[in-house]
Amino acid sequence: MAQSQQFKSNSKLEKVLTQGHFAVSGEVGPPKGTGAEGIREKGAMLKEYTDALNVTDNQTAIVRMCSLAGCTVLKQVGADPLMQIVCRDRNRLAIQADVLGAVALGINNFLCLSGDHQKFGNHPNAKGVYDLDSTQLIATLRQMRDEKKFICGEDISGDMPMFIGAAANPYADPFEFRVTRLAKKVNAGADFIQTQAIYDIDKFARYMELVRDMGLDKRTHILAGIIPVRASGMARYMKNFVPGVAVPQSLIDRMKTAEDKGGEDKKQRAEYGREEGISISLELIERVRQIPGVHGIHIMAVNWEEIVPVLVERAGLYPRPQVL
Amino acid sequence: MIKAKHKPIESIGEMAAPYRRVLVLGCNTCTAVSLAGGEKEVGLLSSTLRLRNAGKGKNQEFQEFVVKRQCEMEFLEEARELIQETDVVLSLACGVGMNCVADNFPDTPVLPGNDTAFLGLSPELGQFTERCVACGDCLIHLTGGLCPLARCAKRLLNGPCGGSEEGHCEISPDVPCIWHKIYDRMRALGQLDKLSVVVPVREWSMNDAIGPRSFVREDLTVQTGQGE
Ligand code: SF4
Ligand code: SF4
Repeated sequence: MAQSQQFKSNSKLEKVLTQGHFAVSGEVGPPKGTGAEGIREKGAMLKEYTDALNVTDNQTAIVRMCSLAGCTVLKQVGADPLMQIVCRDRNRLAIQADVLGAVALGINNFLCLSGDHQKFGNHPNAKGVYDLDSTQLIATLRQMRDEKKFICGEDISGDMPMFIGAAANPYADPFEFRVTRLAKKVNAGADFIQTQAIYDIDKFARYMELVRDMGLDKRTHILAGIIPVRASGMARYMKNFVPGVAVPQSLIDRMKTAEDKGGEDKKQRAEYGREEGISISLELIERVRQIPGVHGIHIMAVNWEEIVPVLVERAGLYPRPQVL
Repeated sequence: MIKAKHKPIESIGEMAAPYRRVLVLGCNTCTAVSLAGGEKEVGLLSSTLRLRNAGKGKNQEFQEFVVKRQCEMEFLEEARELIQETDVVLSLACGVGMNCVADNFPDTPVLPGNDTAFLGLSPELGQFTERCVACGDCLIHLTGGLCPLARCAKRLLNGPCGGSEEGHCEISPDVPCIWHKIYDRMRALGQLDKLSVVVPVREWSMNDAIGPRSFVREDLTVQTGQGE
């Protein structure tokens, strides 16, 4: 059952990317409770349309079912999960232990994140851990895989197949340093990158130009983040309240104009908004595909998962390549 | 310096309520500079406590005294008799001074009149802000002299995170992103190359993670026995 020599893991995402296909990943938010049914349903619905499904880790610092359990449930329905790990909630002992457990349960994909500050969540008085930062977490996972050693230097027994990812936000400041920070993550061992939501294509294209200048697109796989917008209210909320997400006013206006076609009728407004949201997402997907160095998309449609198959199909990205 | 501020007067009153003779003990060093432990504050707090008791038929005495530094026994000596005679010390020092009183006067209870906040400075009158968390292993040669441990909300060593926006931290538009400042400063100093190196996993054993910290300077300790 050992993974094939040329790959670092059994990850479908890794194979799709390594073989030069345009990758699609999706996301599943675990519940604020114990019911696994929702994860199962989403997994079953999305697995044919994606190459990996992220399971978020206490996203926006709100306690939910842990990523490891969510990933395990996804495996049960045949999806290829991607375990997100934030540095905010666990120290190096807990993180390394979770990674061993995840590998033992057949999870191959990992995403290393700092994590939104605990202040934003439902336990704002929690102690933020940050024993490691996201770059150090990447280096830790690489060491666990390539040297089979813990941070302390002791040996790990057993195989460590892992495909290691990191996040990047081309819209955060200072802009000029963002590519250097990406380079640090690549040097630390990031095999792939999922970006924050892309809306301002011109800025992203400038970012990718700098990425190519440094040759980083040859050393890592960049997946552009897509957050489908469902209504102008959602766009406005993201612009104002979600850290790190840059939503241009023009997008909010465009959604609003579309919704206004529905007049006073709430249902009609929602329907027009939804259609416009789909069009915008498809345009974004089309445009990021044309940017050299972009190797895939990462669709974050939390609470609107049913839109993912629609987008993937309409974008001409279905069926997904068979690589196993 | 160490920055501290008074606890709310209600909780001070409540803590002190069981004791008849209360020694309000100030400190003329850090907390005096923070305007929370000097002569003036000791006087003001004592008067407030007396006023709160007025007309309630309470037989409580508040005595006032200020030592130069509560964290050094040499200066606490001056207050020895007062401390031994009182029922309780209400300290307006920082936590170090309070501990020093407790360590040296086993029979006298000590109450914290201040909350010790942090190691910081006062950029403007009435404003206090943190600058160092006494991590025990200074690294600011890597960060342009600005401390990411004290000033980054996530204590990142390879920042800035994805929440940095227009110079401020994701936690609030009023909090500067120190990593943005570090970037600006390193650029101005022509040292950006230092920021492209991955800072490895940190050994927190010098930090408070390990338990109470202490160190010895052999060059300063008094040699006993057959020294040269
Ligand atoms: S690195 Fe440590 S010692 Fe240096 S300023 Fe920061 S907290 Fe203080
Ligand atoms: S925005 Fe800046 S200061 Fe705030 S947590 Fe991120 S890197 Fe640290």
